[in-house]
Amino acid sequence: MPDKLKTFPKGGIHPPENKVTASRQIQVLDIPGKVVIPVSQHLGASSEIVVNKGDKVKAGQVLARSRGYVSAFTHSSVSGEVEKLDYIIDSTGFKQSAVFITTSGDEWLPEIDRSNALITENNDSPAEIVRKCMEAGIVGMGGATFPSHVKLTVPEGKRCDILIINGVECEPFLTSDHRLMLEKGNEIMVGITLLMKALGTNRAMIGIEKNKSDAIDSLERISKEFHGISVHPLKVKYPQGAEKQLIKALINREVPARMLPIDVNTVVHNVGTAFAIYEAVQKRKPLFERVVTVTGKSLRSPGNFLARIGTPVSFLLEAAGGLPENTGKVVSGGPMMGKALVNIDVPVVKGMSGIILFPADEAGRSTQTTCIRCGKCVTACALGMEPYLLVTLSEKGLFEQAEKEGITNCMECGSCAYVCPGNRPLLDYIRLGKSTVNKNLKERAEKSK
Amino acid sequence: MSSIIIITVICLSLLAFTSSVILFYIAQKFSVEEDPRIDVVHSMLPAANCGGCGFAGCRNLAEELVKADSLDRFICPVGGSETMKNIADFLGKSVPVLEPKVAVLLCNGTLENRPVTTVYDGAKSCRIANSLYMGQTDCSYGCFGHGDCVNVCKFDAIHIDISSGLPVVSDEKCNACGACVKACPRNLIELRKKAKKDRKIYVACSNCDKGGIARKACSVACIACTKCLKVCTFDAIKIENNLAYIDATKCTFCRKCVEICPTGSILEFNFPVRKLVAENAIESKTV
Repeated sequence: MPDKLKTFPKGGIHPPENKVTASRQIQVLDIPGKVVIPVSQHLGASSEIVVNKGDKVKAGQVLARSRGYVSAFTHSSVSGEVEKLDYIIDSTGFKQSAVFITTSGDEWLPEIDRSNALITENNDSPAEIVRKCMEAGIVGMGGATFPSHVKLTVPEGKRCDILIINGVECEPFLTSDHRLMLEKGNEIMVGITLLMKALGTNRAMIGIEKNKSDAIDSLERISKEFHGISVHPLKVKYPQGAEKQLIKALINREVPARMLPIDVNTVVHNVGTAFAIYEAVQKRKPLFERVVTVTGKSLRSPGNFLARIGTPVSFLLEAAGGLPENTGKVVSGGPMMGKALVNIDVPVVKGMSGIILFPADEAGRSTQTTCIRCGKCVTACALGMEPYLLVTLSEKGLFEQAEKEGITNCMECGSCAYVCPGNRPLLDYIRLGKSTVNKNLKERAEKSK
Repeated sequence: MSSIIIITVICLSLLAFTSSVILFYIAQKFSVEEDPRIDVVHSMLPAANCGGCGFAGCRNLAEELVKADSLDRFICPVGGSETMKNIADFLGKSVPVLEPKVAVLLCNGTLENRPVTTVYDGAKSCRIANSLYMGQTDCSYGCFGHGDCVNVCKFDAIHIDISSGLPVVSDEKCNACGACVKACPRNLIELRKKAKKDRKIYVACSNCDKGGIARKACSVACIACTKCLKVCTFDAIKIENNLAYIDATKCTFCRKCVEICPTGSILEFNFPVRKLVAENAIESKTV
């Protein structure tokens, strides 16, 4: 029976799950006295700030408008006064322009429906749903933060026959999607029907890894009331949450390199995105809060928190029992793909699925040794590439050859670096090679113009 | 017995003769016409093969030099203007006189001056660190000190000073090939005109933040206070993007800007020790 479970064929790893917060209910976090809202929390062009210092804002009010098609709106998550417009180092490690707001009370825009009642009725046309998603600033909640309205617009000449909903959450430690599926199952289902409507498809598949059997059961039960939605348990394997791997696992279609899922007639959205779209369309509530898993072995009370965007990470940690003394590293996102934070004053952003604390003795990297050509990285690579080769090419500056080897296809899942017995910084060098090759490609494209 | 030797010698001689005929024919038929001047020019070049000229080694440069109509766009940073002049004389072409240069680091964020706020334990490469975050300190413009410039230097002219954590350029060994300039992801290395006795005055800072922020991150940051601009009587200093820059071609090494800089971000090298005047000036400042 367990062998029957679907998964992707090549590579993959299974790190210790450590999902200690899986049984903890989502707690609504208090509103902090001050929030800092970076205006570029998405992939693509940065947004344009439309408020000024001293302005009074309400929760849900637009702070920044998108500047291009691949861009997103940013909204205020609290009511209060704009203290200043300045720069802050956010979870990416770089300076971003941000809006600093001093909170007072908790007043939302009047059109937002604050009740908990489930609204299943919807009379919007597909184009209206897409527009509402765009105006609500919805981005991919799995961590990639790609603006959702772009993914919901099917390009001309293409069609989507199956919508895939990503409830995999293959990263260790994280449980925010898991809890959302358990507690907001109905809302997610309505969100999925909205997504199906926008994409013009009548079939949706939800992929969930087998380690979340309670979520599978609960969603299966709810899905019977909704037409065309089915739930599929998957084998536990990292990186199954990656778009292309999930498509291969669920419907056995291969997305070719440099192509998008829509090229094989499918679109993938995260469960968190489905929930955000439900709120945006049915409750007229822009994306200004999200579930964040705060976890770590030495944390006193780890949990899943519904936090307003812009809440400082230190405030979240306080709610989870305070920063333990022996903390060596604070990571935003999952332990595999996440990024260590520069300090704990960085704000919660739309793509922040978790905050993970590592004790000092586990945080550092182990001593590096030379490559012994054991081939473990090749076995682990879900794309069937040869990480050791890409690393050598990038280390020696042979970027043209790295380009031929397809370095740009790497999704930076980190499986190769995880299995390397020599603790070599494989991913670091692949990233370097990838960015250099991408830069070269761009330059070449500009020259040929 | 002797007949075997004779037969062997005859056979081998015949073989050698036919081979030589074939080889001669092939050499004639497939010979590549090469300008004999390339060899001469190649021998004049320093044979460092550093690539500082922009070509793949000295041979490639020699080929291009012989081919070219004018030598304006060619430089051999290692050989300098003397080598280029010799080559130009030999080829009967003219060449602009090139002033010797030396690499300098536009950052003085030593461990003492710039407090470390985060620990980085990733791959030891400035380019990787630069793509990940803004640095171990609060300065998002300064040197990482992972030594990408050290690795690319073919002349062993750059080393990381352990006590400061910054690269140090040896004036004697540096040939201004520019490899380090290209390697630095933050563009912190500049090739500056070489002066008498290797004297140097430059603003060792690249922080474009406003004064207050820059100063918070690093005690020797340029805060663009414009004091140096006002004191300079040779119009050698300009301030752009909250950062002062001293034009090496106009600077007369009067050292007034070094004295007046409130943060000490202007550095001077290889000057004689100052007389008491400077001390008095400092005293009067403190009073």
